[in-house]
Amino acid sequence: MKRNGFDFGGLVAGLWLSGALAWAAADVPVLIRGVDVYPVTGPAMKSVSVLIENGKIADIGAKVAAPKGARIIEGKGLRVYPGMIDSDTQLGLEEIEAIRESVDTGELGEFMPQLRALAAVNPGSENFPVVRVNGVTAAMTFPNGAGGGGRGAAARQVISGQAALIHTDGWTWEQMAVLPSAAIAVQFPALGGRGGRGGNPDFPALFGEEAAPTTYTQTLRNYQQEVSKLSDFFDEARRYQKAKAANEPGLARNLKYEALIPVLDRKTPLAIAVSTPKTIHDAIQFADKQNVKVVLLQPRELGNEGGELKAKNIPVILGKVLALPHGEDDAYDQAFTLPLECYKAGVKFAFGTFDNQFVRNLPYQAATAVAFGLPQEEALKAITIYPAEIWGVSDQIGSIEKGKLADLVVTTGDILEIQTQVKHVLIKGQDVDLTNKQTRLYEKYLARP
Amino acid sequence: MRKLLSIALAALAALVPMAAQTIVIENATIMTVTKGTLKGAVAMKDGKITEVGEKVMVPQGATIIDAGGEYLIPGIIDCHSHIAVDGGVNEGSVSVSSMVDIKDVINPEDISIYRALAGGVTTANILHGSANAIGGKTIVLKMRWGKDAQGLIFEGALPGIKFALGENPKRAGNPQGGRGAAAAAVSARYPATRMGVEDVIREAFNQAKAYKAEWDAYDAKVAHGEHPIPPRKDLKLEALKEVLEGKRYVHAHCYRSDEILMLLRVADDYGFKIRTLQHVLEGYKVAPEILAHGAGASTFSDWWAYKIEAIDAIPYNAALMQKKGIVVSMNSDDAELMRHLNTEAGKAMKYGGVSENDALAMVTINPAKQLGIDNRVGSIEVGKDADLVLYDKHPLSDYAKVEKVLIDGTVYFDRDKAVSEAKATAAEKQKLLDKIKQSQPRQQPARRPNG
Repeated sequence: MKRNGFDFGGLVAGLWLSGALAWAAADVPVLIRGVDVYPVTGPAMKSVSVLIENGKIADIGAKVAAPKGARIIEGKGLRVYPGMIDSDTQLGLEEIEAIRESVDTGELGEFMPQLRALAAVNPGSENFPVVRVNGVTAAMTFPNGAGGGGRGAAARQVISGQAALIHTDGWTWEQMAVLPSAAIAVQFPALGGRGGRGGNPDFPALFGEEAAPTTYTQTLRNYQQEVSKLSDFFDEARRYQKAKAANEPGLARNLKYEALIPVLDRKTPLAIAVSTPKTIHDAIQFADKQNVKVVLLQPRELGNEGGELKAKNIPVILGKVLALPHGEDDAYDQAFTLPLECYKAGVKFAFGTFDNQFVRNLPYQAATAVAFGLPQEEALKAITIYPAEIWGVSDQIGSIEKGKLADLVVTTGDILEIQTQVKHVLIKGQDVDLTNKQTRLYEKYLARP
Repeated sequence: MRKLLSIALAALAALVPMAAQTIVIENATIMTVTKGTLKGAVAMKDGKITEVGEKVMVPQGATIIDAGGEYLIPGIIDCHSHIAVDGGVNEGSVSVSSMVDIKDVINPEDISIYRALAGGVTTANILHGSANAIGGKTIVLKMRWGKDAQGLIFEGALPGIKFALGENPKRAGNPQGGRGAAAAAVSARYPATRMGVEDVIREAFNQAKAYKAEWDAYDAKVAHGEHPIPPRKDLKLEALKEVLEGKRYVHAHCYRSDEILMLLRVADDYGFKIRTLQHVLEGYKVAPEILAHGAGASTFSDWWAYKIEAIDAIPYNAALMQKKGIVVSMNSDDAELMRHLNTEAGKAMKYGGVSENDALAMVTINPAKQLGIDNRVGSIEVGKDADLVLYDKHPLSDYAKVEKVLIDGTVYFDRDKAVSEAKATAAEKQKLLDKIKQSQPRQQPARRPNG
C-alpha cells in the first residue's frame, strides 16, 4: 500500500500516540488558564481564562474558574487566537495534484450547480492533519479546478458546483460541515479566456480546449455568447422557481435549477473567479442584473473597481499574496500590496491560499501583506472574522466570544509569525491531534542510527 | 506591440545602477552568519568588504548609508533556479544532454532577475531542467540586473551539470510511463523506469571513462614529446570527463531515498562526487549515506503532495539533514519562491528547531559552500564580495521586506526608488497607450484569411 503513499502503520501509531489527548468526551469542560486572549473582535486580554463547555466558549475572564472535572490547559505565557479560516482550498477533494485518481475537482459539464463538494470530501485526507497543526481550523473547499474531468473539461466549466465550508477535523464530512453549501462556484467568462482558475487563454491547444478565435470580433462574439448562455441559465432557473412556487402541475423536478434557488433568493452567494478589473466589472454587472449576492475570488488587480465593490458591499477573496506580478512591467510587489489597496479602498476581503499544499502557510501569506503595509489587525481579521462574515457564519466562528464554537489555537506568540509554535488546537472544543504523518516520519528518521 | 511596449518599459525601469564605489553602511544590525551578529557598520570599496565592526574608518568621499538599526545580511544565494534562461530549460529529446549548456542561452533581460534581486537574491545557480537522467550544463550567475549575459556570470565559479532521477526523467517522452511505454509508444524515450535511469547514468560514465582514458593516453604521449593523433572530441562526453576530473559539479534532482542512494552508489563506483542533491525530499531517510558521500543537500522548505514522489516530503527535512551533519540549503526552483527565501529559511526554525544562525546559513553560506564560492560570498567578512541585503525587520520574519540590495558594493535595488519608479512606469505606460489610441484611426480589426 506504500505505493499510494498512505502509511497505514504510521496512521495507527499516530492514533495510539495521540490517544491520551484527542477526542475527549464532548461534555468534559476545558479551561485554558491564564492565557493571553486575542479575540480579534475586541482588544487583547492579558492573562485571563477561557472556559469551554459543550464545544462552545462559555466564559472568558480573569476570575473564571474550572468547573469540577474540567480539563485544564495551562496557558501561562501563551496566546489563544480564534482558529484560522482559509477562504479558498480544495481540501478533501484533492490529495496529490498530479494523480488524477486522487483528484475530485473539475467535474465535466458547463452548468453544474447541483454538484456538492461536501459529499466528496475525504475526511481521511492527509491534508487535514497537516493544515490543522498550523492552526487552520476551517476552510472553504471548492469544486472547481483542473481535476477529475481532466484539464480540458475543467476549462469548460462555468458553474462548477457548491463549495462547502468545513472544519479541518471530524469523523465524517457531515460532522466536518460548517456550511454544506456556502457558495456556488462560477468561473465567469472573460474576453479571450476564462477568468481565474481553469482558463488557459495562452495555451488552449495544450489543455485540449478548442482552437483560439483568430480575430477580436470573433473573440468578442464568443464572450458575449458565453455570458448570454449563463444569463439564460439563470433566467430558466427563475422560471422554474416560479413554476415550483406556483405548484404548476406536471413540473418535472430539475436538480440543476433547484440548486440555484438559494442563490436566486440571495441566501447563498455566487463565488465568482475573476482576474482583471474588466472581469471584476463584468461580474458585478452580472450580479446586479441577476440580483444575486456575490463574492469575488482571486482578482489580481483592483483597477478602478474598488469604489464599486465598496459601494455594493461585495467582498473579495485575495490570494495568493505570494505571487508574481501579472505583467512584465507591473510593479514587483503587485500581489504583496493588493491587500493594502483593498483596505484603503474600503473593500472587504479575506485570504485564501488557493492550493492545498500551501494552506498551512495561510498566516504567512497574511503576514506578507503586513510587511507591505496592511495593518496587522486587518491581516489577522482577514483569516478569522472577515471570512466568517463573508461566508455568513460569524455567529458561530471567527472570533473568541461567548457562545461561539470553541475553534481555538494556543500559540507561543504572534500567530502570523513563522517561528511561532502551535501548542494546542481545539475544534468545537475538542482537542485536535497535533501529530501527523510528517511529524511521525520526522521522529522515526531522527531516531535512525 | 504589447510585448515591445512592455520591454521598452522594463528597460526604462532598469536604471543603470550606481558604479561600485566606497560605501559605508552604518548603524546596522549586522548578521555576518560566520562571525556572529553585531550592531555596527560595514565598509566596502571596489566591490569588496573592507571592514566590519562596531565602528569602522569612514574613508574620504565614502557614501554613507544609515541603516537606522535595520538588518544587514549577506546576499541570498539560491542553489536551484531556472530564471534568465532564454526559451525552454529542457533539451528533452535525449536521455543524456550533457552537450548543451545554459551558459549559451542566458537572457539578461528576464524580468525575473530584477524580481529575485528585489527579494534579496544576489547569486543563483541556474540549472538545466530535469527531463533527462543526465541533463545540460549549468552556470552560476549574479543578479547584476542591467548587465549583459557575460556580465551576469559569477567569475570563477565552477560550472556544473544537472542530473535528474525519478518521475521527471522517466516521464519525458513517455506520457504513459511504465507498461504503456513498454507496449507501444512510438515517441518512447529510454528510460521509462528508475531502473533505466540508473542504467543510463552508468552507461554514460562507462563511455566517459573510456573517453577519458583515450585522452589521458594522448596527453601522456604529448607530455613525452610525441606527436600522436588526438582522439575525436565528443561534446557529450567532454562534460562527463570534467565531472570525473572534478572540474564540474554534479547537481542532481532527486526525491525518493532509493534513487538518492542509487546515485551515490553509481558515483562511488565510477569515482566521482555528487556535489549537491537537489530537492532531495526524502534525504532525511538516507542522511548518513549522504553525509558519508559528502554531498550537499538543497531542498524546499515545505513543498509536498504535488506528485506521488513528493508524498513523504516533510517540512522537517532541512532540519533533520542539518542535524545529521549535512550542509543544507533552501532553494526555490521557482521565480516567485525565490523572492522570499529568507522566510523559507525561517521555516527550518519552526520545523525542527534549527537555530537562527543555522537557518540563515541555509540561504547564504551553505549554498555558497555547495557551489564552491564560499571564499567569495555567503557571509559578511572582510575581503569577501560586498553582496549585502538590508531588511527593515528581522530577515527570518515574514513581516520583513527588502529595502536595499548591493552586489559587488553597488546598489542594485532600492525599495524607495523602486516604488517611485513603478509609479512613473505606470504613468509612462498609460501615456503611451493613450498615444497609440489617438494615432490609430477607427478601423475594422485586421482579419486574417481563413484556412
